[in-house]
Amino acid sequence: MLGVARRRLGSGTVLGQLMQTLRPAAAPRTYSAAAKEITVREALNSALDEEMSADPSVFLMGEEVGEYQGAYKISKGLLDKYGPDRVLDTPITEAGFTGIGVGAAYHGLRPIVEFMTFNFSMQAIDHIINSAAKSNYMSAGQISVPIVFRGPNGAAAGVGAQHSQCYAAWYAHVPGLKVLTPYSAEDARGLLKAAIRDPDPVVFLENELLYGESFPVSAEALDSSFCLPIGKAKIERQGKDVTITAFSKMVGYALQAADILAKEGISAEVINLRSIRPLDRAAINASVRKTNRLVTVEEGFPQHGVGAEICMAVVEDSFEYLDAPVERIAGADVPMPYAANLERMAVPQVEDIVRAAKRACYRAVPMAATA
Amino acid sequence: MAAASFTAAKFLAPVAARSGGDRAPPLPAIGAASARPRRGAQQTRLRTALAVSSDVLAGNKAAQAAAGEPVVTREEALEVYEDMVLGRVFEDMCAQMYYRGKMFGFVHLYNGQEAVSTGFIKLLNQADCVVSTYRDHVHALSKGVPARSVMAELFGKATGCCRGQGGSMHMFSAPHNLLGGFAFIGEGIPVATGAAFAAKYRHEVLKQSSPDGLDVTLAFFGDGTCNNGQFFECLNMAQLWKLPIVFVVENNLWAIGMSHLRATSDPEIYKKGPAFGMPGVHVDGMDVLKVREVAKEAIQRARRGEGPTLVECETYRFRGHSLADPDELRKPDEKSHYAARDPITALKKYIIEYNLATESELKSIEKKIDDIVEEAVEFADASPHPPRSQLLENVFADPKGFGIGPDGKYRCEDPKFTQGTAQV
Repeated sequence: MLGVARRRLGSGTVLGQLMQTLRPAAAPRTYSAAAKEITVREALNSALDEEMSADPSVFLMGEEVGEYQGAYKISKGLLDKYGPDRVLDTPITEAGFTGIGVGAAYHGLRPIVEFMTFNFSMQAIDHIINSAAKSNYMSAGQISVPIVFRGPNGAAAGVGAQHSQCYAAWYAHVPGLKVLTPYSAEDARGLLKAAIRDPDPVVFLENELLYGESFPVSAEALDSSFCLPIGKAKIERQGKDVTITAFSKMVGYALQAADILAKEGISAEVINLRSIRPLDRAAINASVRKTNRLVTVEEGFPQHGVGAEICMAVVEDSFEYLDAPVERIAGADVPMPYAANLERMAVPQVEDIVRAAKRACYRAVPMAATA
Repeated sequence: MAAASFTAAKFLAPVAARSGGDRAPPLPAIGAASARPRRGAQQTRLRTALAVSSDVLAGNKAAQAAAGEPVVTREEALEVYEDMVLGRVFEDMCAQMYYRGKMFGFVHLYNGQEAVSTGFIKLLNQADCVVSTYRDHVHALSKGVPARSVMAELFGKATGCCRGQGGSMHMFSAPHNLLGGFAFIGEGIPVATGAAFAAKYRHEVLKQSSPDGLDVTLAFFGDGTCNNGQFFECLNMAQLWKLPIVFVVENNLWAIGMSHLRATSDPEIYKKGPAFGMPGVHVDGMDVLKVREVAKEAIQRARRGEGPTLVECETYRFRGHSLADPDELRKPDEKSHYAARDPITALKKYIIEYNLATESELKSIEKKIDDIVEEAVEFADASPHPPRSQLLENVFADPKGFGIGPDGKYRCEDPKFTQGTAQV
């Protein structure tokens, strides 16, 4: 019922947005009835499958996407179904094949370029930024680049410093790119389908540890025309005392933190950002104006990160509404260590989010004690 | 046959290694463009950076030339002459305008290299693509972008081919399939390879064929780029997937102030083609007719689906790397050597010698070009600067990418959005 109301009102109007935020106030994940559960991996695979079958100019390229069925099995079965002309195993040449994808997008196709992890995208970052993001502008609208760059981003488990960086802040810095960070299976499906249909370059940051997690999805989400709007965040959990923003894996942690905080009498509102560029400033500000306190959570390095941008967005629009300084939870300001205990310390944990939320609410524990 | 000549090129051993009893077959007839004269002097030639034109017109064509017949028709000769003169006069005008302050930033001129652009691009159809570097004004002109659009773009006016948003280094024109204009060296090579991939994909997967064959893409780049990783990555993938692309190296021996010989372990670039399984061809880039012969075969190869070719054109830029380059490192005798081989003068001589046209006809072409370029300058001068609202346009094809404003609506739907605010 709410779904219908939401669709009719659309998301453009204030009332429409309000309808979108209404959720039955129960457990964090509630969807309409007949909830089937699928993993994020299955969600991505089905999104790729459906978009490739709907539009023959969509093709997938990357290392191991074909015969190996995908380094993380995201593209399983696609080679058999669509053939080697549309699912291309590339040599290990990120700069080369990313540029080839961009060139193909210039010339009328819709490529999906998979990076085995986004750390490897640094070898191709010139093409993502200089040939893809800037081209529509430099050519005054003549050459649009309908390309999707996707792959796992951020820390996995025990993979060391060169395989664990989060690139959300790097790509979100650049005008001309759209940057999406799905969390649940529904996010993965809806945002990937939207990204593939979008006429602009989209950086689609997945998370390796989320691939195997199952989430309930509604029948609406399983429909082949399902698409989520780019640039809109989702309120995963309603609350009134403190706003916690997060994206990707950290949304799960934030929800767990919210459960813990609820037991202690703090009602936390958890926002799943879904879209880092464009950032849904309106939703964040609306939430902060309601709760008056903000904790930003991200996995990446703290300096110049997503949390810093969110803090500024709130200060610019809703400064008078803040009752406490904005708290920022980020990864440690060090390259990711390998040892398991050090790695745990370098990535935000649920306790860190709880502590920050409490600080925002009571300032009970001085900052220095948690450094 | 044409194919055989390129096959022969594949097996050409490096000049230095060749000695009396080696197994390289005698080079066959037409278009044996990689036929370097087997002289010991070859070795020293490379070291001193003076070039002797290699003899491309072996076999039938040479016999034809020897018999006193021209290798082009009158129409072709005049088309080629006009295009080269347009390139030269346009670039000279750019220099003038730059020093008068009408043009600014980085401007890289193409004087001296016209034979390469004209020789290749005049053989293309409208559907074929060209990808270039920052030295792209003449590629744009040869591909058919009107001189006034290019000049207005250089002046930064709203009537330029990219409405003043790209500038000298970023010429794009979708109707002419000119896909840029890139500042980073090597950046255009994968993009060109991608456009070739798209052409092949459209033919094979989307089943949209054209009676001529595959649409061809030309990638132009310099000698410095041939040391860049992306170049090798693309040679590999283009040959692996047999893409309809021709890699055209404009080897003008200098990358800003870095001599090709100081930067490259093996300076013979055409040899890098066979290492990846494609033909590597060397041609005298100061002679437009030789370039045209080689280009014809390379483009036909690509159209037939036989895959890529690497063509090294030995050429020279008469001016510095850019208008800001004092050009102190190049020796005067090298410059005068190449100035004596000016492609336009050479073609003029050829046309007169073979009676393809009279002096006065050529003069009238030159006058026509002068008028076109002057008119282009007047047009650019008179054109307006881009309006303020243009600043925020075209960042995204779907402007919802600017996100949602504080009022809950998409920013781009606000009619005042492009007036420009600090908060975007």
